[in-house]
Amino acid sequence: MTWGLVLGLATGAYLFKVLGLVVVGDRSLPAVVERCLNLIPAALIAALIAKDTFSVGQHLQVDARLAGVTAAIIAAWRRAPVIVVIVIGAGVTALVRSLR
Amino acid sequence: MTPAVFATLRDRRVRPILTTGVTLGLAVGVYAISFGVAGVAAGATTVQTCAMSLLVFTGASQFSAVSVIASGGSIGSAMSGALLLAARNGVFGLTMSRRLTGRLPTRLLAAQLTIDESTAMGTTPDDPDLQRAAFWITGVSVYVFWNLGTLIGALAGNAIDPKTYGLDAAIPAAFVAMIWPHLRTRPGRRAAAVGAVLCLATIPVVPVGLPILIAALAILIAVPAPAPTTQPASR
Repeated sequence: MTWGLVLGLATGAYLFKVLGLVVVGDRSLPAVVERCLNLIPAALIAALIAKDTFSVGQHLQVDARLAGVTAAIIAAWRRAPVIVVIVIGAGVTALVRSLR
Repeated sequence: MTPAVFATLRDRRVRPILTTGVTLGLAVGVYAISFGVAGVAAGATTVQTCAMSLLVFTGASQFSAVSVIASGGSIGSAMSGALLLAARNGVFGLTMSRRLTGRLPTRLLAAQLTIDESTAMGTTPDDPDLQRAAFWITGVSVYVFWNLGTLIGALAGNAIDPKTYGLDAAIPAAFVAMIWPHLRTRPGRRAAAVGAVLCLATIPVVPVGLPILIAALAILIAVPAPAPTTQPASR
């Protein structure tokens, strides 16, 4: 591990963040892109849920996480507060994992 | 600036956001302890490990870089894998840029806090003021706990396994709660379905980090944008 890696990575990671937030920033984009931008959060969050539930690196697998996330979906559907959804998701996952 | 921040924190509507932001921070903080341990185990000094969390502040990238180094990989492959994972923050920044206000210094600071959790929280509430509050609260909370956890892990040298408490499901569970408002509209539901399916379909075949990026960018072509409600009368 070297300082070169730490600083190189810091610079690269920050440039990606700045690219979207500052460089493109408030500039207006083509109308089609603007309308699609509003849909990106839905796609991103759904993709993150799918990845965190089923993936281990490049492998897909079904394990205790699916039970926890399913319970979280039910809790969210029943309009539970976010904090409750999080606790139920983690709790059910831990419980199912300890049973196996 | 400070009085405005305190006024925001006293807002009744901000309370649940604050609770969620701190909870997310705590969950992420447990992972940070693992990162601190992994960093030192891979041969980094405590200062280097902490500097990485302070400066890079992208969990997935940091874990990836450290594991490549620990398994004897080159600096170049550690860097490229980690940067691939960091690329999605560019899309997050683009999404947040329409919601955040403030001048250049504020935006440069916001950029450092642009990660999965802050973006998901910052795009969820309907009210623009609450979106901004959610972004900043979550970003700062995760930043504080991520760095605190890294320091503890680097010094202590051993960590509790986040899996024991099901914490690996805590973050997706939070995302489940956050996606709900996005599913109220038909284009939102379609975007979510396309995102999830594309991500799962690409995970086994492309390098780690790309599926999320592909899922986000595919929206530009895979989901027809809602048509404007009125056509211009003449041109």
